[in-house]
Amino acid sequence: MSNPQQLRYSKEHEWLSAVEDGVATIGITEFAANALGDVVYADLPKVGDTVTAGETCGELESTKSVSDLYSPVTGEVTEANQDVVDDPSLVNSAPFEGGWLFKVRVAEEPKDLLSADEYTEFSGN
Amino acid sequence: MSTAPRLTALDALHRSLGATMTDFAGWDMPLRYASERDEHNAVRTRAGLFDLSHMGEITVTGPAAAAFLNFALVGNIGTVAVGRARYTMICAEDGGIMDDLIVYRLGETEYMVVANAGNAQIVLDALTARAEGFDAEVRDDRDAYALLAVQGPESPAILAAVTDADLDGLKYYAGLPGTVAGVPALIARTGYTGEDGFELFVAPEHAEQLWRALTEAGASHGLIPCGLSCRDTLRLEAGMPLYGHELTTALTPFDAGLGRVVKFEKEGDFVGRKALEAAAGHAETAPPRKLVGLVAEGRRVPRAGFSVTAGGEVIGEVTSGAPSPTLGKPIAMAYVDAAHATPGTAGIAVDIRGSHEPYEVVALPFYKRQK
Repeated sequence: MSNPQQLRYSKEHEWLSAVEDGVATIGITEFAANALGDVVYADLPKVGDTVTAGETCGELESTKSVSDLYSPVTGEVTEANQDVVDDPSLVNSAPFEGGWLFKVRVAEEPKDLLSADEYTEFSGN
Repeated sequence: MSTAPRLTALDALHRSLGATMTDFAGWDMPLRYASERDEHNAVRTRAGLFDLSHMGEITVTGPAAAAFLNFALVGNIGTVAVGRARYTMICAEDGGIMDDLIVYRLGETEYMVVANAGNAQIVLDALTARAEGFDAEVRDDRDAYALLAVQGPESPAILAAVTDADLDGLKYYAGLPGTVAGVPALIARTGYTGEDGFELFVAPEHAEQLWRALTEAGASHGLIPCGLSCRDTLRLEAGMPLYGHELTTALTPFDAGLGRVVKFEKEGDFVGRKALEAAAGHAETAPPRKLVGLVAEGRRVPRAGFSVTAGGEVIGEVTSGAPSPTLGKPIAMAYVDAAHATPGTAGIAVDIRGSHEPYEVVALPFYKRQK
């Protein structure tokens, strides 16, 4: 398993893409997806919702459990991934690509986001 | 109490296969190897290989073994023929279910009782206490066996490749001693998945050899290793109860809709008879909550302990719930008030973290294999 170098990571196991035109893409890491098991239901924040760094903004349900989804940044949701809503297994099969969850117009980001190497060390993967 | 989890004889092998492990009843067991949905589907359509070594084996021997088991358990063990097995329960004096069991008759005066891992010590202690006055010996054989299961429609072909035993002659709920992959085994046609399959009781030192032989024989049949996560969804689809969920000490077999396992007509007294007779009468005249199946209209998954509601009132409680790979929808088993227990009952909901999600009451099981 390798965590893409161009992303940044939260300790809640979300990743954040580089910010383009003020908007960043957010998903969960492969480590998190593996820990969850098969994701069967994704409750994602809606377009226009305001999400706050470190606070819950949705949930991911797997065979064995349900987990809160946290936003790694503060801002307004500009898009939720309908493909994941329709086929939640994308979170398992392509957590860093087609399994992205939502996009946020970033108002504020915490200073403690991790680099890929830091996250690899933090998660042990 | 915090003690290190127990490891099965296959622990190193599971880790080498990349299994995600979980603590289950004090044992470190494989939860899944890769995708639990793929594992589930493999058992439904091809075959899966399980390590179930956490199950608790107790051997009962002696001239009065049958009479003793008839007294200690609710079933009529005296009618089980040599080489056959019986699903039964052990109840407390008040009729509460202490565990559900499979009893194998291995010989004229020899039986093996298989208890759930979490109850094995309780069952062992109860059997030991109840054996007083009977010419029968109760032996803790938990460490004497590893238990592997091959489950799924391809399992007879896979097992046939590694044994000369007469599998065609081995009926459902039968067991015979034989040799599998060169090691002595008790071959039982039992399982907990709703599919055809076998459970193989072997000495722990032979477990790895057997696992590897089955893996090799099963490769061309699509057999994959399977963890406890898919075992749970498989048994739930098959409408099979799990102790601690559908079965507890607070419930009698009649409460659980399994009154048929209680055999009042057998000879002699048995532990719990008086309370169970009352429970049987009560179930006839004023049925308590009934165990039903629930199928979701939406996609959110009910979990054990969630409330079942109708018209805003709580009318029951979910005992097991999961996304069903076969149905493609969330399913649950729940105890609900008798007035709402009829299949097709409308207006039922499950309170999923404050949101009342619509559910339909259905007859159990959710899934039945085509024979």
